[in-house]
Amino acid sequence: MLESMSLFHLLTFLKFAVILVIILSVAPVMAWVERRGSALMQNRLGPNRIGPLGLFQSICDAIKFLFKEDPIPGHVSKFYYALAPVVSLVPAFMTFAVVPFASTIEVDGRVLGFQLADLNVGLLYVFSVASLGVYGIIMGGWSSNNKFALLGGLRSSSQMISYELSLGLSVIGIIMAFSSVHLGEIVQGQAEVFRQIGPFVLPEWLQVPKWGILVQPLGFIIFITAAFAETNRLPFDLPEGESEIVAGYHLEYGAMKFSMFMMAEYINMFVASSLIATLYFGGYHGLHWVLNLVPLEGMSREWMRIALELGAFFLKVAFFMWFFVWVRWTLPRFRYDQVMELGWKVMLPISLANIFLTAFAVYYGWI
Amino acid sequence: MDISPVFFYLFAGLALGCSLLVVLKKNPVASAFNLVMVFFAFAGIYAMLDAHLIAALQVLVYAGAIMVLFLFVIMLLNADVPSFDLQRSHPGARVVAGLLCAVLLLAFVWAFKNSPSPVEPGQFSASRIEAAGGNTRVVSELLFSEYILPFELTSVLLLGAIVGAVAIAKRKQKVGAGGGVK
Repeated sequence: MLESMSLFHLLTFLKFAVILVIILSVAPVMAWVERRGSALMQNRLGPNRIGPLGLFQSICDAIKFLFKEDPIPGHVSKFYYALAPVVSLVPAFMTFAVVPFASTIEVDGRVLGFQLADLNVGLLYVFSVASLGVYGIIMGGWSSNNKFALLGGLRSSSQMISYELSLGLSVIGIIMAFSSVHLGEIVQGQAEVFRQIGPFVLPEWLQVPKWGILVQPLGFIIFITAAFAETNRLPFDLPEGESEIVAGYHLEYGAMKFSMFMMAEYINMFVASSLIATLYFGGYHGLHWVLNLVPLEGMSREWMRIALELGAFFLKVAFFMWFFVWVRWTLPRFRYDQVMELGWKVMLPISLANIFLTAFAVYYGWI
Repeated sequence: MDISPVFFYLFAGLALGCSLLVVLKKNPVASAFNLVMVFFAFAGIYAMLDAHLIAALQVLVYAGAIMVLFLFVIMLLNADVPSFDLQRSHPGARVVAGLLCAVLLLAFVWAFKNSPSPVEPGQFSASRIEAAGGNTRVVSELLFSEYILPFELTSVLLLGAIVGAVAIAKRKQKVGAGGGVK
């Protein structure tokens, strides 16, 4: 018993370490992708001096951030000023704990899961932790004692409240369709065959997996829009809107503290992308057909399956990370009243209607 | 159910300490941040009691939504100036407050000492909930079958409150703007 417990702990620590490394490496890689991507879209070159394709630019940036002087302005509330970047970073890390990035594998009679914490409340945990990310921004904006920073914090809190409603309501459709809040079960449910669109039954030869986007197209649009607002990405980056409030909530921050806010933004993007992939794009499903092409038997076949699942999951996540960058450099920023209007007068009614429609479909057995 | 005493005292201490700070801090924003920590500590204790759903909802509803709204209002009203002065409070008032606190503490101690501790777990023991498919499933099934009437009544009540709040806000705006509201 003790031996198996310690093995369990060891495995958990190992998983924790691997996930931590993945999450920590997201920020530098995404910083590079964003800069090169924006350059691509604006017909520029972007950073291309250090390393192949400028890939090591992020490492130089990290070193610069670490060794730069880190001044604390005299007029800030010191405790909360120092705490704010940490507060925005921690929830971003915590959210990823329940996302499954491959199914389970049985090794020597022991089931091994590719997920840090297999919580029963899965999705609710994600939302409860994700809703805390705003505190870092509010805290940073308020403790800076600067009117622009305070405006950024204010905007952020009102925006988060408005869009969290739509975000939560859009996911209720998914919960109803797969009748579970457990992320693993939702992913399992998406492996089934998509049989009918509303009352129309699809022909037998059309074998489409029942991915969330097919079951919940309206919910997906609401979810992804609200996810942009929740991660403070353009077109919803009102909390930092440079042209209006200089840099918003992180105006008074420099060096590593500033870079922690940046990291939190990229990690939130990563979490949002992995949630979109998990809830609406079949999670780790999608590459299983490769298994039939390779002649593998027994255990090696199982490991191959896990590798394919990891590949499928991270490919989807990478696509949506790129999608975030893509949208950022394509759409201009909303005006503040437009953001509020969209949130309350458009997204909220549509997400409520989506729940109603889903209930209708579930009642008639269409889903 | 075995609660690790270390973590219990950690979370309980955090809850108590932060509750004190909520009252003692002069700045309302700092008080609000400490209140968030209190909710967190409660959520930790709920999670240790295997009530994961309550823990998640505690953080989601109180810390994630209500307190953000509180902070928004506090920052919008810019209530930085303390509305009362601690130095000028009447010494008699302090004595009365202290006495009332002592009475409350004694009442709590008395209540805890005299209430029988439940030895038999109720209908919903941890193992039974686990067998029935976990917290979330059990709660939602009960909510939409046995307790459907109170649940729906609560939502009607909340809807009434929302409509009332909007109505009051609109009326005041009309008076203030001199009929400028559409």
